[in-house]
Amino acid sequence: MFMAGYGGQGVLLAGTLLAQAAIVEEKNVSFLPSYGVEKRGGAAVCTVVISDGDVGSPVVGNPSVAVILNQSSLDKYGPRIKPGGICIVNTSLVDLSGFPRKDLDIIAIEMNAVAREIGDARMVNMVAVGAYAARTGAVSIDALAEALKDTLPERNHRFIPANVRALEAGASLIGKSGQV
Amino acid sequence: MAKRLLVRGNEAICMGAIEAGCRYYFGYPITPQNDIPEFMSREMPGLNGEFIQAESEIASINMVLGAAATGARAMTSSSSPGISLKMETISYMAGMEIPCLIVNISRSGPGLGGIDASQGDYFQAVKGGGHGGYHIIVLAPSSIQEMYDLTMLAFDLAEIYRMPAMILGDAVVGQMKEPLIPHPRPHRELPAKDWALRGTEEGGQRVVKSLFLGDGELEAHNWKLFAKYRDLAAKEARWEDYETADATLIATGFGSAARIAKTAVAMAREEGMKVGLLRPITLFPFPAKAFASATEHCKTVLDIELNTGQMVEDVRLSVARDAEVHFYGRPSGTGSLPTPEELLEQIRRYYRN
Repeated sequence: MFMAGYGGQGVLLAGTLLAQAAIVEEKNVSFLPSYGVEKRGGAAVCTVVISDGDVGSPVVGNPSVAVILNQSSLDKYGPRIKPGGICIVNTSLVDLSGFPRKDLDIIAIEMNAVAREIGDARMVNMVAVGAYAARTGAVSIDALAEALKDTLPERNHRFIPANVRALEAGASLIGKSGQV
Repeated sequence: MAKRLLVRGNEAICMGAIEAGCRYYFGYPITPQNDIPEFMSREMPGLNGEFIQAESEIASINMVLGAAATGARAMTSSSSPGISLKMETISYMAGMEIPCLIVNISRSGPGLGGIDASQGDYFQAVKGGGHGGYHIIVLAPSSIQEMYDLTMLAFDLAEIYRMPAMILGDAVVGQMKEPLIPHPRPHRELPAKDWALRGTEEGGQRVVKSLFLGDGELEAHNWKLFAKYRDLAAKEARWEDYETADATLIATGFGSAARIAKTAVAMAREEGMKVGLLRPITLFPFPAKAFASATEHCKTVLDIELNTGQMVEDVRLSVARDAEVHFYGRPSGTGSLPTPEELLEQIRRYYRN
């Protein structure tokens, strides 16, 4: 899967959390961040490959799932999603009206609004990961909650309950059928 | 099952180095390897080791020379332009037969280039980047586990053959995180360091030098070094062989490119194509015999690199005379990292049943 947004939205932390959760579930995983010139407001992208077998290439041309947190990421990565794939979009910041692809399962969530409702606008990334996990079943919410302990530094462990609430809020937007 | 840790490649090198007993790190910052000095600066004081951020790359490699001349395990790390700056001293250490570890998490060039994943430093690494006609041991990991394991191996081989060793990686294997299973350093028979400069308590005078002015001395010294390179080729070449037994096309490459190519090979297999992968793990010594024997039955080789063609020269020198060697390269820059889908296209292009 691809996750893309701008620096400050927590894309790389979210990707690391997914990878850590995959380890909790004894799966194989690779996490490849974009790096270097990124800064708050710049582009931030990561690729996470989760597999029961060999992960293989950490670089993916056509991801089966993309989590898109801002408009420029949709413009850049939208065309690369595998036909029949899943595109989870933060419609607080993305306008889908001009997006031409009809061959994708598009899940539109106003993630900024959801994050604000649960009390912390910075939790957009956790809402996104929760929705991703619930829609794809790649990892469980329990594994994500467990993985937060290894992903966040000790001094931030007091924020774990709030992060778990955001994960659950994201997951709750995906119905049992997998639809919003 | 041992606990699997989610570890960044650069940090896996540090963990491997510490497990291998390295207690001396000298470096100067440069992207994309800064996780290495960061990790070492945090860990070394608690291990009774030394971390020094030197005033330059040149100072740091000379500190490695000084520490390693006493027989201690010492290392430095940098990225391409920084490695170029270290070349004079690497040549001196090759001449002085000083074991050490140099890590190059290479970036794109030439010159200042960029910070993207690149394999543009193959020639510099394996052909002797400094003056005087020497080689160093060069290992090319393609996973986080290998970043850890090969770092330990590099220290051992450096001591066994009394020469510098290099880990050659890039931003893909340096920045990527994957599960790592740490394990104790494997036991290898290591020679006594009867050359190390430790004062006189171990006996008489010892001299470690690269200046040989006596009649015939330097020629003999060069032949001595050459004999080590020949021994390395005979005993230490390592490679990964994936599905080559029945292959009619063998893809090859090293490090990150090979990692991407392996998925392309698996995709080709799913389409019913008989394709395999031969991945050199040691770049020096180059696993020439593996290529010679694989191309006795398979006559098409596709070499994939993140440059305009460097390792391909060694592949061409190693294959059976009637084998065809094709090349696909993506010299690095932003947005130039090839995808498995792209490499599958290249496999289709050259594949014959």
